Amino acid sequence: MIVSRKPLTIWERLYLPALAGGFKVTARHLFRSLFRGKTVTMEYPEQKWAVPPDYRGAPYLVRDQDGNTKCVSCQLCEFVCPPKAIKIIPPGPAGPLADRPNAEKMPREFEINMLRCIYCGFCQEVCPEEAIFLLKDYSLTGQSRDEMIYNKEKLLALGGEQGGIQKWKHKLEEAKEQDTFPVKV
Amino acid sequence: MNWNFIIFSIIKIAIVIGVVQGMVAYAVLAERKISAWIQDRVGPNRCAPPFAKYIPVVGPALTRLGIFQPLADGLKFMLKEDFTPAGVRKVYFWLAPAIAVIPSMLVVAVIPFGSQLGQQKMVISDLNVGILYTFGIVSLGVYGIVLAGYAANSKYPFLGGIRSSAQMISYEISMGMAVIPVLLIVGSLNLSHIIGWQAQHGWMVLYSPVSFIIFLIASFAETNRLPFDLPEAETELVGGYHTEYSSMKFALFFLGEYSNMIASAGMMVTLFFGGWTLPFWGLNHPAATLGAGLAHILIFLVKMLLFMVLFIWVRWMFPRFRYDQLMDLGWRRFVPLALANILVTAVVLWMKS
Repeated sequence: MIVSRKPLTIWERLYLPALAGGFKVTARHLFRSLFRGKTVTMEYPEQKWAVPPDYRGAPYLVRDQDGNTKCVSCQLCEFVCPPKAIKIIPPGPAGPLADRPNAEKMPREFEINMLRCIYCGFCQEVCPEEAIFLLKDYSLTGQSRDEMIYNKEKLLALGGEQGGIQKWKHKLEEAKEQDTFPVKV
Repeated sequence: MNWNFIIFSIIKIAIVIGVVQGMVAYAVLAERKISAWIQDRVGPNRCAPPFAKYIPVVGPALTRLGIFQPLADGLKFMLKEDFTPAGVRKVYFWLAPAIAVIPSMLVVAVIPFGSQLGQQKMVISDLNVGILYTFGIVSLGVYGIVLAGYAANSKYPFLGGIRSSAQMISYEISMGMAVIPVLLIVGSLNLSHIIGWQAQHGWMVLYSPVSFIIFLIASFAETNRLPFDLPEAETELVGGYHTEYSSMKFALFFLGEYSNMIASAGMMVTLFFGGWTLPFWGLNHPAATLGAGLAHILIFLVKMLLFMVLFIWVRWMFPRFRYDQLMDLGWRRFVPLALANILVTAVVLWMKS
């Protein structure tokens, strides 16, 4: 396809129509923003944006629908965390027992250093108990580095409730629906 | 020793420098707000001292206009760390911002910003060679930039300084030659006489529009404003000649650039748009009363503000000139055009006499 390039008229070579067009466009935007308030700025913190559902905010520990904590101190999230932000102290053989029925252990202490967290979501992906979730907080502030190391109570308090996801059951069903699968299920 | 003259001159200098520096600070704010509105966003609208929210209606309104932002900017410039990079010649490094600022402040000495208040003429020095003085001082502004680029001991500022100085020198020629028809028509270099002539015969822009256009575009190039922005463009040269300068020195460069803009706007208003006169309501004559004197000063300020808004507006209208296009325009188009303009004006004046 050949683009036709007509030779420019004398007015166009002086760029006068281009100048006039520039004036019109900028004037239109200027008066629109100034007198009718149509700006595209979102004036944070008075106006906030809507956090989409799968947003990877800050990681928190959650309870299930009966109010039980879910973490069993398997330490998988601690080992997978790329910047090593999670630090778990397991109960050990003589440590405290779990605070709910149907669980063998719970962590003695669970700390996440929010200044090291990179919000990658690996801990949520790897947790077998669906105990840690990346929720919707995106602006965390504190007044000292120690304040930003969140311990277990704070994480549980901020986590809220996330019952009934059962990710491994759904993964098993997906695997069974596949045509070939390396292991007999 | 004419003590009267000296004391009034000192008072005038103090007031003018105070007002010009205040205008520079608020020109920065105006640039940020107007640029923001042109780009569909809001400029600075949050900065406020603690008592501002207690003033009933005006406080929050002024905060949303960003009136207190220049105070914060000034405070920032004073408190920032003043860093001298290694390997620079300290003398030149410290001297360059001063040399960049001083000519712009000197130019306002000849611009008449009113007619008179009582017995005092509203111009700091009513030189008979006002325009010659102006162009001489503006040429000194090149030294500051050259020195700034050279003293920073770094590639990008050096290139920016060289480009900027070449650009300024080329456009000074066309600027000077564009003003010559004005002088031919008026017959005097004294800026007050030019304004007097315009009061009688109408604004100069109607008599030689070509020289107004050349002067306008050359003053965009003189002050390094878009579309002749190449020496300080961020995408081209990081920061151009003021990359390596921090806090107060950078503030001085900034001050120099905006004072240059204000001085150029003042020159344009004086030479082409009648200075402090308006063609109606009897404001064509030097003020007889105090009220008329103040009205003249106000008229001058309003006209100058309109030109400042034009400077800011044009920045967001046009793309930047490439360096060879810039030099081509300055030497191959404007110089012949200005020369032809002088010739035509001289011939027309000769045929009329």
